[in-house]
Amino acid sequence: QKVSVEVLEHLEHLALVDFRDSEGVERLQKAIQFADQLHQVNTDGVEPMDSVLEDRWCLYLREDDVTEGNCTKELLENAREKVEEYFVAPPGNIPLPKLEERKTFLQGS
Amino acid sequence: MAARGCGGVWRRARQCGAGRPGPGPAPFPRRQRAVACNARGGAVPAGKSGLAPWIPVVGLEIHAQISSNSKLFSGSQVQFAAPPNSLVSFFDASLPGTLPVLNRRCVEAAVMTGLALNCSINKKSLFDRKHYFYADLPAGYQITQQRVPIAVNGSLSYSLCIDNKMSQMVTKTVRIKQIQLEQDSGKSLHDDTRCQTLVDLNRAGVGLMEVVMEPDMCSGEEAAAAVRELQLILQTLGSSQAVMAEGQLRVDANVSVHHPGEPYGVRTEVKNINSIRFLAKAVDYEIQRQIEELENGGTILNETRAFDSKLGCTVPMRDKEGKQDYRFMPEPNLPPLILYDAKSLPANMNHQQVINIDWIHERLPDLPSVKREKLVEQYGILPEHSFTLLNEDGLAEFFESVVNQTQMKPKKVIGWILNDLLSYLKQHSLTVKESPVSSFLLADLLNLLEKKEISSTAAKQVLVELWKGEGKTPLEIVKEQKLELLQDQKELEQICQAVIDGQENE
Repeated sequence: QKVSVEVLEHLEHLALVDFRDSEGVERLQKAIQFADQLHQVNTDGVEPMDSVLEDRWCLYLREDDVTEGNCTKELLENAREKVEEYFVAPPGNIPLPKLEERKTFLQGS
Repeated sequence: MAARGCGGVWRRARQCGAGRPGPGPAPFPRRQRAVACNARGGAVPAGKSGLAPWIPVVGLEIHAQISSNSKLFSGSQVQFAAPPNSLVSFFDASLPGTLPVLNRRCVEAAVMTGLALNCSINKKSLFDRKHYFYADLPAGYQITQQRVPIAVNGSLSYSLCIDNKMSQMVTKTVRIKQIQLEQDSGKSLHDDTRCQTLVDLNRAGVGLMEVVMEPDMCSGEEAAAAVRELQLILQTLGSSQAVMAEGQLRVDANVSVHHPGEPYGVRTEVKNINSIRFLAKAVDYEIQRQIEELENGGTILNETRAFDSKLGCTVPMRDKEGKQDYRFMPEPNLPPLILYDAKSLPANMNHQQVINIDWIHERLPDLPSVKREKLVEQYGILPEHSFTLLNEDGLAEFFESVVNQTQMKPKKVIGWILNDLLSYLKQHSLTVKESPVSSFLLADLLNLLEKKEISSTAAKQVLVELWKGEGKTPLEIVKEQKLELLQDQKELEQICQAVIDGQENE
């Protein structure tokens, strides 16, 4: 089963990944095939597991004290652009252009 | 228990000669609204206009900021209006290598709220990641509870006045689908002139309780009343200060309309509602807009719209890229949240690491509905009075304080509180705490009235003087303005005689 171009385009849009070439797509297909092996296991009536710790309490609860923050300068050091003490971003999300409008390997598929 | 609290119906009367509403940037033209939602719950049959009636359906998603010192998963401070990016930890900024650590206080707040709303508290709840890209969400995902939230299946009762008469109140119930814990995002300030967005992460990571109300409401009025009651409950619990103006309480409305007997219509989501008053307006506008659109042969798009408070209408929101795929996945850095009750409490466990639902239940304060009942029972006031008392911050306490300091019956005191004190405060936009007349002064004045040392007209005059806040006591003002009631029979006869004599001379 091949992953369709629609799904690949959808994934590029959602996760902002770039499949770039046939090797990238192939890697994805192999990963899906690998994970699909899980379907061979019969899980009827079995609750999905979300933690190996199961029902043992272990989620640590922190006291409601202020212990962090006040490091504006350090945080802004990473910013390419800043205005006063704000991070600067484009006016809105810049959507990935549609497949037809892009020069991408997926176009040829 | 009846799930839907409303069988009310809207009908639109077409004005004579009105053509199709034209397209364009102006807000949707407002026609005369024919019939408001029937508060008694009966379906209104298609009347003279011959048009099939419409049933509006309104559901709400409410985000309440948790009142806590620090954030949901980090130790940075929660505070309104601080210098930009000063209340941000490395985790809040999503720097690599940081991990979430759950704040106990936030969990307690959610449990309290769930209990107050009659929910079942899930002893095991899970955290998930909801992915989407936005500048104020540095991690690219929000930690929320999509699969198993902390509380489910509750209810909220609220009251409405029928026909704007406070004397006729009806109680309605809305089902609470769930309450979940989640992170707030940062704030985006749009700078259109320079075509950029400024991002402040102070709010990023603050704890939120999302309260989802089922679509059991059918008008702006019902939605507003439900939210108002929720606000009072949250403030009473202290789990959220719920001040809408400071963004501590945000409401999104889901609105659709359909004909009786037919399936629900397509719904729109309305955002950017900044006050309870605007909530009612936004919902009513959207209901009206959908009815007119459908009656004109149009269709409703499943879209997100923003409420424009200046124009009083809803407009499609920009930046909506079609249906979002959030790719929910379990939050791998957080194991399940386990809560206990008296029965399941483990022995030999550090108290600080244990949250006991029963312990919290026992310590819940009186909810507004209980407080109102107690006021009515204890003081013999009317139910609608109790609503007004609780609606104003501090008014109920003021009332009780006055009652305790005067011999006047509470039933008489309430008139002075609601008619005189409250109207003055409203006129001058003052809160009860800012009142120039203290409960002590008012009680003093009412005592003079009760002892018949002054008339009620005189009392009102004294009150006017007291508002000036010049520090004079009621007795001093009475003496200054010579407002004492004359008790001496002889003196009264003399005055009457003089008046009669005066008349005869004319």
